[in-house]
Amino acid sequence: MGVHAVVSRQEPAPQTHSYWIFLETVLAISVGLSLLQRWSKGLRRWMGHMFPIIAAAGVLVTLWAVITSGFRWLPLPYFPGPAAILQSMIEDRALLFDSTWHSLLLLLGGYTVGVATALVTGVCIGWFDQARYWGMPALKLIGPIPATAWIPLAMVLSPSQVVSAVGLIALSVWFPVTMLTVSGIANTRTSYLDVARTLGAGRRYLIFRVAVPAAMPSIFIGLFMGLGTSFLTLVVAETVGVNSGLGWYLSWAQGWAEYGKVYAALIIMAAFFSTIITVLFKVRDRVLGWQKGVIKW
Amino acid sequence: MEKSFVAPGDAAVRTLALSDVSFAVEAGELVSIIGPSGCGKSTLLRLLAGLETLDAGELLVGNDPIAGPSAERGLVFQDPNLFPWLTVRGNIQAGLVARGVLHDKRHKVDDFMRLIDLEGFANAYPHHLSGGMAQRVALARALINHPRVLCMDEPLGALDAFTRMNLQDEVLRLWQMNRTTMLLVTHDIDEAIYMSDRILIMTPRPGRIDKTVSVTLQRPRQRNSPEFLQIRGAILEHLHFASKAPAVEPA
Repeated sequence: MGVHAVVSRQEPAPQTHSYWIFLETVLAISVGLSLLQRWSKGLRRWMGHMFPIIAAAGVLVTLWAVITSGFRWLPLPYFPGPAAILQSMIEDRALLFDSTWHSLLLLLGGYTVGVATALVTGVCIGWFDQARYWGMPALKLIGPIPATAWIPLAMVLSPSQVVSAVGLIALSVWFPVTMLTVSGIANTRTSYLDVARTLGAGRRYLIFRVAVPAAMPSIFIGLFMGLGTSFLTLVVAETVGVNSGLGWYLSWAQGWAEYGKVYAALIIMAAFFSTIITVLFKVRDRVLGWQKGVIKW
Repeated sequence: MEKSFVAPGDAAVRTLALSDVSFAVEAGELVSIIGPSGCGKSTLLRLLAGLETLDAGELLVGNDPIAGPSAERGLVFQDPNLFPWLTVRGNIQAGLVARGVLHDKRHKVDDFMRLIDLEGFANAYPHHLSGGMAQRVALARALINHPRVLCMDEPLGALDAFTRMNLQDEVLRLWQMNRTTMLLVTHDIDEAIYMSDRILIMTPRPGRIDKTVSVTLQRPRQRNSPEFLQIRGAILEHLHFASKAPAVEPA
């Protein structure tokens, strides 16, 4: 419990005012929490669980500060200290916020289009023999090409950079989601289908009320894989084509050798992507609630 | 009727699963089918359910030939095969949803949940249920459509002896209340005698009906009454004889 105090006391000679404020805030929150936990059992349990990892993060940041700002072992401008990174984050907050917003729009657009298309193609190929015969070779041939390899073509074909970026992200999501939807649908236990048939189910019920729910665990694996590839495609597309977003900001900051901003963008990216993944996990927990105790990921 | 299967991997070899099988079941009758493994009991039920098609002969329900699966003929397996993504209530009403009549018959769902004594579990998911509870849900799910025939393929085979005996009474109760014609495939001779009006004994390769035993004892039957044991003895004797025949392989 006492570790939280260490986080803020161990500060290096702070160069900037904002880093001071940041450390003071961390200290204030820690002290506040440790006082509050006397009265709240849940809070105490949460703190007992979380504090080792938070303390470790604190120690790492402190170590970083000691190595860079303290001893200056690493060459500047490539390795600024945490105070400098925080400073550039604050200075550039408007642009960073704008970039994050554009990245979010692009990602959501591409991901939604990709998933919607993939579910349709996946269910068709998984259920109908004709669709499987014609669709599977195309899927196997086109799917494995990394979406980023289409960039030269996409630039020529599409009317705008944004449309081509959305298309590329959609393509990169489409392949894994389609593949796992197909496998989930095709592997539906025949006994479920038999039971449904003897209950009077028609084709529509068999597909949407039996095969699709049975395929959901597999579909979600595809959704997670698709999300991973969509992050990659997003950053690449922003770097080479679209003139906005976090990927663009990253290469722009690098061009000016402002590495404080590069790290700032990386930190925001980490928070941004992991938030999106967390959201998908929450959705999965809701949709696959019936699996509770069966899945372990 | 006749049914043969192509052996997997070899299109030239056809295995005769059922040959010259012929029987009639009265409406509202409970008929058991017993016999060693591989005698075609399950195939017979799948044919009745419409999940397989006949090679020769005919299968009629009333005067109508069976053409594919329908809600008129329910099927319950040894594995309850509940849809794991639906709650108990969702599973029981699945047949009503599939036929698009849920709106008119919603009250039936509650009736059946009360009937199988699982009202408190309406919102539980199948993985929370014990084997016996799950099988009761499977029975309710099949019966809510009021099928003319309910086929059961060793429905109680995976349950422990006590649960099984309880569920035998439960199935009888559901049978008497719904007046459904029931066909019960089982390995358990006692179960067949305890439950059914008539027992068909089958022999394998090719599957055929070897003998029919009528059970006229009053219900509820006593598992240890002399008459019960006498029928049991007769069936065992018959099966013993059958198991010595060269055509039969060990189960």
